[in-house]
Amino acid sequence: MLNYVWLIPLLPFISSVLLILTAGRLPRKLIAVFGAGSVGLAALLVFAIGLQFMQTQTPYSVQLWTWMDIGDFTPGFSFYIDQLSIVMMSIITGVGFLIHLYSTEFMQHDSDYSRYFAYMNMFVAAMLILVMADNLLLLYLGWEGVGVCSYLLVGFWYKDAANGAASRKAFIVTRIGDTAMALGLFLLFTELRTLQIQPMLEAANNTWAIGDIMPAIAALLLLGGALGKSAQLPLHTWLPDAMAGPTPVSALIHAATMVTAGVYLIARTHGLFLLAPDVLMLVAIIGLATLLIAAFAALNQTDIKRILAYSTISQIGYMFLALGVGAWSASIFHLMTHAFFKALLFLAAGAVIHCLHHQHNIFKMGGLRGKLPIVFWSFLIGSAALAALPFTSGFFSKDQILLSAFEMHGPATSFASNIGLNFNLGPWLWAGGLLGALLTAIYSFRLVFIVFFGESHTEPDKQPGWRMATPLALLCVMSLIGGWFALPLANVFPPSAEHHVSYLIEGISIAIPLIGVLLAWLIYYKKINSFSFFTDSSNGQALRRFWKSGWAIDRLYNSVLVSPYIAIANAMRGEWLDKIYHGVVSICVGSHQLLSNSQSGKIRWYLISMVFGLIVLVSILGWAN
Amino acid sequence: MDGLAIPLNHVLIVATLLFITGLAGLMFRRNVIFILMALEVMLNSAGLAFVAAGTAWQQADGQVIFMLILAVAAAEVSVGLGLVLQIQRRFRTLDMDRATRLNS
Repeated sequence: MLNYVWLIPLLPFISSVLLILTAGRLPRKLIAVFGAGSVGLAALLVFAIGLQFMQTQTPYSVQLWTWMDIGDFTPGFSFYIDQLSIVMMSIITGVGFLIHLYSTEFMQHDSDYSRYFAYMNMFVAAMLILVMADNLLLLYLGWEGVGVCSYLLVGFWYKDAANGAASRKAFIVTRIGDTAMALGLFLLFTELRTLQIQPMLEAANNTWAIGDIMPAIAALLLLGGALGKSAQLPLHTWLPDAMAGPTPVSALIHAATMVTAGVYLIARTHGLFLLAPDVLMLVAIIGLATLLIAAFAALNQTDIKRILAYSTISQIGYMFLALGVGAWSASIFHLMTHAFFKALLFLAAGAVIHCLHHQHNIFKMGGLRGKLPIVFWSFLIGSAALAALPFTSGFFSKDQILLSAFEMHGPATSFASNIGLNFNLGPWLWAGGLLGALLTAIYSFRLVFIVFFGESHTEPDKQPGWRMATPLALLCVMSLIGGWFALPLANVFPPSAEHHVSYLIEGISIAIPLIGVLLAWLIYYKKINSFSFFTDSSNGQALRRFWKSGWAIDRLYNSVLVSPYIAIANAMRGEWLDKIYHGVVSICVGSHQLLSNSQSGKIRWYLISMVFGLIVLVSILGWAN
Repeated sequence: MDGLAIPLNHVLIVATLLFITGLAGLMFRRNVIFILMALEVMLNSAGLAFVAAGTAWQQADGQVIFMLILAVAAAEVSVGLGLVLQIQRRFRTLDMDRATRLNS
């Protein structure tokens, strides 16, 4: 079965190429069959291969062909399958198939049905290549592939200029991180002479000692790529704007799969990061800062999709925190449960938007509990898992992350002690994570109470059909029970210590989300607004506006980076070097005009010119002889 | 060969004159039918030169080439007349100076 592993990315790829070549001429039913069916087949194949793999448990690698052959640089088009890849592939194809099925109904009346599925399938293929690649160059191919598909899908409704701007922003901001990552690949190759991940990690271990400067630089550059793709501080600004795309796109790309690629990259190259403890500490701090900043921003949004977008940034912050404290499998575990419940939340939000004439503002919804019962229960379960209420999937994964952070002893790095960071960072990370968990519970149940309870403002004009309801139901089940199984990642990552924490610490992490839900209930359902003295004051209003704009980071980047760049570009217009190029252009245009004048369309004029030319040529020949 | 044979040079001069006549017609006539006729004259002048040369060197090649020229001329006229019909239909004229739709 493992021999057929190359079929998994090939199936969606073929379907995508087929849909592109037929350019929407196929009947809609057939497009849906190709679009969703190819991913479904891939999911079945992953399931079968996963079952077989779990019996042998030995990593399997296969080289399909040599990609390029330059000196001693011979990256292959080759796949490496281990437990981590299997987990990622199951998420991508499993959740991906449900989202494709949902899309067949969500996009039903869109005129570009075929183009949509072509992009989505291409995305799935690229994402599969990303997680199956056995060398970093192939991984980079998938990495850029998902970036392009994200660009195409965010700007899917390209007729609205704002969507085009959002997709360009997503592409350009992630490009900054990708450039850093490309530099990291160059550095790793010049230092270690290979890009194959497993031999490279071994070579890194043999050449470098813990705390050397080289692995730190390489890890920093890879981290740059991960920050861009996973929307972490300071490159997170593209994700809220990326919500301009269709909602299933947000569910698949900007919640479940692509934005977690950065987490996957760091987990995959964890051997390198272990050699650079300073960078690892930076990962944890960035994760914590991102999760707090995004949670505060989510608390003040009014657009249902932007709340979920900030919540995604915040949850990926948790994954980075886990990576930073060395809880590799907890991070991948949270990646998986997050894929379930965030896809569920996005799909449920999509159903709300679908049934309410494309209404995005949560304050214009309200009272939908009885009118859209399926959506209400999906949203409730998704929010419970997001808020990490006990015994939902999110609870188990977030609990592991917080306990690992609490037990981290450090920072034990030379750099940290040089700058005077001698205290134990672990409890601080834990406390920050707990604050984030409280905020998560508040903002997710704020959404539930405002959208589904209270007075109704807009009447739904339809109910979700079976193709939308089935994925919701399945994802509900996964969000509830997805945390009850341990992921088989023991062979991939270095063993982590058992957690030995007191019942008090355990109790606190169980109680915090419940307190958050209670607060949300008091403020947004009972409307006991004991904070009104603050929120209504001018300072409070200003703070809320500040948080709503995402801590004004967009404005900061605009004034510090974008405006000066545009000003310089404008100033450079018309300097002397430009004049040379403009001169070349006018020479070309002039001679073009001259020649096109000679094309008069008068056949006798052509004849006379030809005869004249012939006479000239013959006389030159005669004169020369 | 008897004394009645015409020297090759004389034939070639006649062929040249014919060719120039045809070329002049091609260049200075505006009616498309006359242009086609001028083309025929030019082809025949070439044919005449070939036949004369073949006779002068006692080779059959000249006659063979002339047959080829006849065939080409017939084919060209059939296409040409088809074009003339189309031009008449499209432009309602046979004046080539007024059929200038292909100008820049």
